[in-house]
Amino acid sequence: MEIVLALAIGILTGSGVWLILRPRTFQVIVGLSLLSYAVNLFIYAMGRLRVDAPPVVGRGGSADPSQLVDPLPQALVLTAIVISFAMTALLLVVLLASRGLTGTDHVDGKEPD
Amino acid sequence: MTDQGLMWLMLALPFAGSLAAAFLPVHARNTAGVLAGAVALGGTLVAILLYARLPAGTALRSEVEWLPSLGLDLLIRLDGLSWVFAFLVLAVGLLVVIYARYYMSAEDPVPRFFSFLLAFMGSMLGLVMSGNLVQLAFFWEMTSLFSFLLIGYWHHNQSARDGARMALIVTAAGGLCLLLGVLLIGKIAGSYDLDIVLASADAIKGSPLYAPALILILIGCFTKSAQFPFHFWLPHAMAAPTPVSAYLHSATMVKAGIFVMIRLWPVLAGTDLWYTIVSTTGLATFLFGAWSAMFQQDLKGLLAYSTISHLGLITLLLGLGTPLAAVAAIFHTLNHATFKASLFMAAGIVDHETGTRDLRRLNGLFRFMPITATLAMVAAAAMAGVPLLNGFLSKEMFLAETLETHRGTIFDQALPVLATLALAFSVLYSVRFIHQSFFGPPPVGLERVPDEAPLWMRLPIEILVLTCIVVGVAPAATMGPFLDGAARSVLQERTPEYSLAVWHGFTQPLLLSLVALGAGTAGYLLLRRHLNRRDSAPLMRRLKGRKLFEATLAAIISVARRLEGLLGTRRLQTQLRLLAAIALLAAWLPFIRDGYSLGSRPGTLVDPGFAMIWIVGAACAVGAAWQAKYHRLAALILMAGAGLACCISFVWLSAPDLAITQLLVETVTTVLLLLGLRWLPRRLKEVWPEGRTPWRVHLRRGADLTIAIVAGAGMALLAFAVLTRTPPDAVSRDLVMRAYPEAGGTNVVNVILVDFRAFDTLGEIGVLAIVALTIFSLLRRFRPAAESVATPEQQRIQNAFDEAHEERRVGDTLKDYMMVPRVVMQWLFPFILVLAFYFFVRGHDMPGGGFAAGITLSIALILQYMALGTRKAEDRLRVRPIRWIGLGLLVACATGAAAMLFGYPFLTSSFQYLELPVLGAVPLASALLFDTGVFLLVVGATALILVALAHQSIRRPLGRSTQPEAVKED
Repeated sequence: MEIVLALAIGILTGSGVWLILRPRTFQVIVGLSLLSYAVNLFIYAMGRLRVDAPPVVGRGGSADPSQLVDPLPQALVLTAIVISFAMTALLLVVLLASRGLTGTDHVDGKEPD
Repeated sequence: MTDQGLMWLMLALPFAGSLAAAFLPVHARNTAGVLAGAVALGGTLVAILLYARLPAGTALRSEVEWLPSLGLDLLIRLDGLSWVFAFLVLAVGLLVVIYARYYMSAEDPVPRFFSFLLAFMGSMLGLVMSGNLVQLAFFWEMTSLFSFLLIGYWHHNQSARDGARMALIVTAAGGLCLLLGVLLIGKIAGSYDLDIVLASADAIKGSPLYAPALILILIGCFTKSAQFPFHFWLPHAMAAPTPVSAYLHSATMVKAGIFVMIRLWPVLAGTDLWYTIVSTTGLATFLFGAWSAMFQQDLKGLLAYSTISHLGLITLLLGLGTPLAAVAAIFHTLNHATFKASLFMAAGIVDHETGTRDLRRLNGLFRFMPITATLAMVAAAAMAGVPLLNGFLSKEMFLAETLETHRGTIFDQALPVLATLALAFSVLYSVRFIHQSFFGPPPVGLERVPDEAPLWMRLPIEILVLTCIVVGVAPAATMGPFLDGAARSVLQERTPEYSLAVWHGFTQPLLLSLVALGAGTAGYLLLRRHLNRRDSAPLMRRLKGRKLFEATLAAIISVARRLEGLLGTRRLQTQLRLLAAIALLAAWLPFIRDGYSLGSRPGTLVDPGFAMIWIVGAACAVGAAWQAKYHRLAALILMAGAGLACCISFVWLSAPDLAITQLLVETVTTVLLLLGLRWLPRRLKEVWPEGRTPWRVHLRRGADLTIAIVAGAGMALLAFAVLTRTPPDAVSRDLVMRAYPEAGGTNVVNVILVDFRAFDTLGEIGVLAIVALTIFSLLRRFRPAAESVATPEQQRIQNAFDEAHEERRVGDTLKDYMMVPRVVMQWLFPFILVLAFYFFVRGHDMPGGGFAAGITLSIALILQYMALGTRKAEDRLRVRPIRWIGLGLLVACATGAAAMLFGYPFLTSSFQYLELPVLGAVPLASALLFDTGVFLLVVGATALILVALAHQSIRRPLGRSTQPEAVKED
């Protein structure tokens, strides 16, 4: 699984980086979304991969941390998902406004010479 | 009041006065003068009170802790030396304030002048009273800043602006060097506390960092005290009003460098390096200043160069490194302050009364202003070192020190000769100053007939000149105890025996003095006509400090421009390219050093299903990257495909909370982007003029592709390297153990979010609220591009079809198309509400939570909008998202604040079980209430964003109200 996830992170990053270097605003938004997928997976992976070990402890009894996946990266990623949603939304609206004002969807607000 | 209280009062008074003066009306000259005078007088009285309370041998200290871990505390400290300097600052300040009140014209904004002057006074006091080296450097820079404001007071004047800027750049740059130097000293001594630093003299002198620290500190001191080759700013600072020159350029600011050299003398002086640098610089400045002063035609210019020369004398004394020389240096510092301040004031009166400061135009003023002339004569005599005046005494001590053989070098042999030569120069320019302006035939061609200055303008000079005479006649009785206190606080047990007497018999120093006096006077008589013909000092023409300074400044600016042109860009693509390249480089460097290797952790087995999912996911990601330019909808769908692959991975890899959230957010994001697509321009295939893509475009794309591939490969390798290593034992272990017993939740992720790290979550929902409101306000002023205003093509065709048929109304076709989905979506509404509630309630124990519930609810809302159309949906269901946001934030904060009512820190949670009749024991945690706040806010924020964007399509044409109706808060 590790190798698959590492490759997945790599491909998402590559596609995202390619897109954020493109000149059109929509490409940048898609690129940022792909990049945030990659980053979220990466942060999550820092807690190492476990199958069938969700971080839900039993009631009353003592919890055994070694039997569960690391919950901290998950909490971080949860925050990251929310923030990247807010970022995508804000960026979209800023780009729409910029397109309305400048008449172009080029990232620099004007068509290249 | 306690001693400490008095010290703080003394330091705070000028700053308080400055602030008060700043708020006076522009022309309140008298009020500002009285205020400044009262502050200076009060400060002086406090200083006098404190003198009696100074402990012998040690210092009064008062400390306020600020950053104890970094050794940074506000620490003021008063001993003999700092008292003498503080008194000088306050007393001369008082005299200058009186003088300035009559000097300044009523047209000038005088309150501002006094405000700057008092602030400068406070900074100077802070400098001399600093008990902490970093604090000293801070006040040092403050004096530079206020001197800039004071020199540039007449800012309509080009030369004032230039002079102020030059003084600021030179002295503030020196201040940075000083800061670096004291940081090094602090590193060696282990503390910035002055008392500790002074106690670790041997450690500092023996340290390998001694040389850099010394050189940096000396650069600071030399720039401030106008030592060669940094002296050039001082003559240009003469563009300041004369009271400023009398205060800053005689008694205080230029003495700051001297003060620091004296203060750190015990720890820095006495080495060969110190001796070489300081005494050579001092001697060079002494000679150079005196030589240049002889050739000045401007009264203030002459005084400026003479100040440079005297500062050189003091520096030379400090450089010699013997205790007796240090005493002489302190003594001369005080003497110079008195006679030079009075001379500046006298020059100001001459300027004020005649309208010129040109020595060639001034003549025979004695008959018009006998009192001022007499005062100036006495002060100039003190400057020249005539017996029975204070300047004579310190000069004798100086000559005695130069005659001592310190090192036995040629420099030592030549020292008395060179010193006598420079003293002869100073006699010459003193005589010239007096004779040229006050004697001879009456002046011709003056703008007005000069008159004696008003009493109050003369009074400060009278007091200073009286001091010169009294100290000169009875030094031991007047200056003795103060000088002794200052010397003892610096030299401690090394304080030498010295005698402050007017007559020591026929000694070698006296002989040299007489030679200098005679040679100087004779030189003047011989050269007076020649001197009047020169515009600048001979031999010094090539030493144009100002030109060098301006050339350096211009060079720095042009290099900065070139760098900006080279590296700066306003193009986003270039910036991002640079950013990505730098990030790659930074991530690559550790691997160059340590190599790349995999860990030994056994991996989990590859599941074919998982691999399959990622084959699809990767294809989607690459497809999205490929299609995003021309096929936006396809790209969006592909992007969502990649998102789904992430989602499934989360499910697979034991992260159900993430999977739920990701799936929901994915949904909302897709809807959001779909709404945005409507406003983007049509993208046509690029047509290049030559019919094929130019090579530079290929090159650019190739470069981007390389960056992207390298970045992707790098991330994959990095991730794989980490995944094959065993993780260190982290904080998570503790979090898992404490989740149920302490927070009453079994879902550890949720417990972390709403309990352990609730403050982070509060910040996060705050961000969400801000983003939603920003989007809302951005869209209120949204103006779509002209080509996007028209109804979309598909709607036009549908509407045309409806219009063409008699029995159909516009919109019917759309309605028909949406029939089935509409019914489904409407019926789904209650089910989704239940789902949202379910997510919310189980959140603390099982995957779910306020955030997921909030997004679910907003999805339910947006489905209604889609099913019914914006207008109809709002007829039935009026959501007020901004209220939801406000309520959510309030609930979350109130929950946190409630903990404070019980005496716990903000956001401490508590929980207990509630026995309910049917359901049994239900855990009730205050975290659940916090989660309610999160839920409410997320609903509001998401709905606000989506609804605001959805409203753009049904907006009425431009010119009418553009406010989205649904979210209008009424």
